[in-house]
Amino acid sequence: MDLFEYQARDLFAKHDVPVLAGEVIDTPAAAREVAERLGGKAVVKAQVKVGGRGKAGGVKLASDPDDAVAKAEQILGMDIKGHTVHKVMLAETAPEIAAEYYVSYLLDRANRTFLAMASVEGGMDIEEVAATKPEALAKIPVDANEGVTPEKAREIVEAAKFPADVADQIADILVTLWKTFVAEDALLVEVNPLAKVADGRVLALDGKVSLDANAEFRQPEHEALEDKDAADPLEAAAKAKGLNYVKLDGEVGIIGNGAGLVMSTLDVVAYAGEKHGEVKPANFLDIGGGASAEVMANGLEIILGDPAVKSVFVNVFGGITACDAVANGIVQALELLHSRGEDVTKPLVVRLDGNNAEEGRRILTEANHPLIQQVDTMDGAAERAAELAAAK
Amino acid sequence: MAIFLTKESKVVVQGMTGSEGTKHTRRMLASGTNIVGGVNPRKAGTAVDFDGTEVPVFGSVKEAIEATGADVTVIFVPPKFAKDAVVEAIDAEIPLAVVITEGIAVHDTAAFWAYAGSKGNKTRIIGPNCPGLISPGGSNAGIIPADITTSGRIGLVSKSGTLTYQMMYELSDLGFSTAIGIGGDPIIGTTHIDALKAFQEDPDTDLIVMIGEIGGDAEERAAAFIKENVTKPVVGYVAGFTAPEGKTMGHAGAIVSGSSGTAQAKKEALEAAGVKVGKTPSETARLARAALEG
Repeated sequence: MDLFEYQARDLFAKHDVPVLAGEVIDTPAAAREVAERLGGKAVVKAQVKVGGRGKAGGVKLASDPDDAVAKAEQILGMDIKGHTVHKVMLAETAPEIAAEYYVSYLLDRANRTFLAMASVEGGMDIEEVAATKPEALAKIPVDANEGVTPEKAREIVEAAKFPADVADQIADILVTLWKTFVAEDALLVEVNPLAKVADGRVLALDGKVSLDANAEFRQPEHEALEDKDAADPLEAAAKAKGLNYVKLDGEVGIIGNGAGLVMSTLDVVAYAGEKHGEVKPANFLDIGGGASAEVMANGLEIILGDPAVKSVFVNVFGGITACDAVANGIVQALELLHSRGEDVTKPLVVRLDGNNAEEGRRILTEANHPLIQQVDTMDGAAERAAELAAAK
Repeated sequence: MAIFLTKESKVVVQGMTGSEGTKHTRRMLASGTNIVGGVNPRKAGTAVDFDGTEVPVFGSVKEAIEATGADVTVIFVPPKFAKDAVVEAIDAEIPLAVVITEGIAVHDTAAFWAYAGSKGNKTRIIGPNCPGLISPGGSNAGIIPADITTSGRIGLVSKSGTLTYQMMYELSDLGFSTAIGIGGDPIIGTTHIDALKAFQEDPDTDLIVMIGEIGGDAEERAAAFIKENVTKPVVGYVAGFTAPEGKTMGHAGAIVSGSSGTAQAKKEALEAAGVKVGKTPSETARLARAALEG
């Protein structure tokens, strides 16, 4: 889960990474009181999870509380690269910036460890620095069990060649930022810019944090950080039912078991769509190994509730789950939806393979449901589902 | 022969007395796995009856090894306790730990992986969030269904469970030396490269099928390894060509960020290394069949 800047700021503050005062608001009127608390002047910053908001006019300086209301009014509701601004942060104005640096901790998948990255060339896109001046970006592996001690922090500072007058402050920040990374179960903590300001302090002026959803069991506070505004209503409904669902922008609804098989199903449907009116998959939905009737019904309900869906492809390989159980699940799911008052009219193409596939197919054949069509192969079923979606 | 797991393997199950552990221990026994014990400190000294087979429960992995000579552990412990379970396995220096558990926090996986390294990597870790591995006709450590395939001369390595099953099923008449699911998490123990190396050295494997998916650059690195080190034919498949940027597709590690981790880049890297890459699982199975039958 990627956080907004204000949420990152709050987590940094919680773990003693030096930041400027700031508060988030979602109405222009609220800007006045916050600006007064910040001493009158404030920086009004759009809260969107996309880069380049400054250039897009999403960051403005307000000279007094009235101006803060006016600037918040301008920025709230703005569209920045397809992201609507629902919230702005009002931040204390920084003293004049003397230098901009960069520091981050992240997961290094290739080396299966954590990585510290640091550069004296902060303020700009770090991927650009990495591409154009790789020597200016220090990369130091961090052992997950040893962590960032003051000695390790010193090693990072030296590798990045931070100037002597800020070295001690940055070393301290590297230690507190590591605490943030570990305590919050983050996959990424990034400070950019880490700024040296006119009075000599070093401050985290902007930051990115990404949190690990698998750590929710020990991070009860993280749920509140979720961006409920942005969640697609179908995705939110699926999440409430415990389904692993991602909304996409096509017409063929997809249900399958196992992440890899479902991903593969999306591809096969997209290929088939090339021949059938350019139809595409409408979603990713993995119902997991144990496809009970209830899970199948919940999945079908979400997919049939998507107005963009014109046909549904149920693609199940019976590994642990036997296909007869899945077939019964599909039949019962349609009955269950009918009893819930859902008017099911979209065709379902079902492909069952693997354990007890013949028995599963027999159950579906005998059910003789007008909306269910069976195709024996994954490629053939994808073709049929695409064809049906294109014909509607 | 086979890789990592053979008929002689003696398997213990950590978390055997939990619901998933019980269910899959029964399945593993039914497919011929030599299960010599379970581990649960609260039930040490007892035994569990699996349809007439009595499996003793030990207090720790170390005790299980001392009593039985176990050399493989399969871990079904819930995410919250999984790190401690893996650390226990590493401390006991068991040669192979198969971590089935899904949903382990990345900081926990990073910690036990670093710990394994600090102890000299005496324990090979497979997973987490994986279906395990099977050497058909020999042994089955994990949750891969045994009855969808047969023993043969194809080696299979995959990030995905169900795609593993699909491929095993499509090529069931030809059969497999070993099929191994390495898992879809951002940090995993055994990689594509480790499996490729083992299959290259395994006299009973003639063809390698490698299944990847979006996210990270493991497939690109595997391609570079194949180019330099693998002389056996390799057929590949990559899932997630149509996955949009920034959306996690089921597996925590399956995400395209910016230009990195795309299926297209992985396919191109594999093809440049001489790997025939199928567009769909079925086409991949056809390519494998053609490569093996010549």
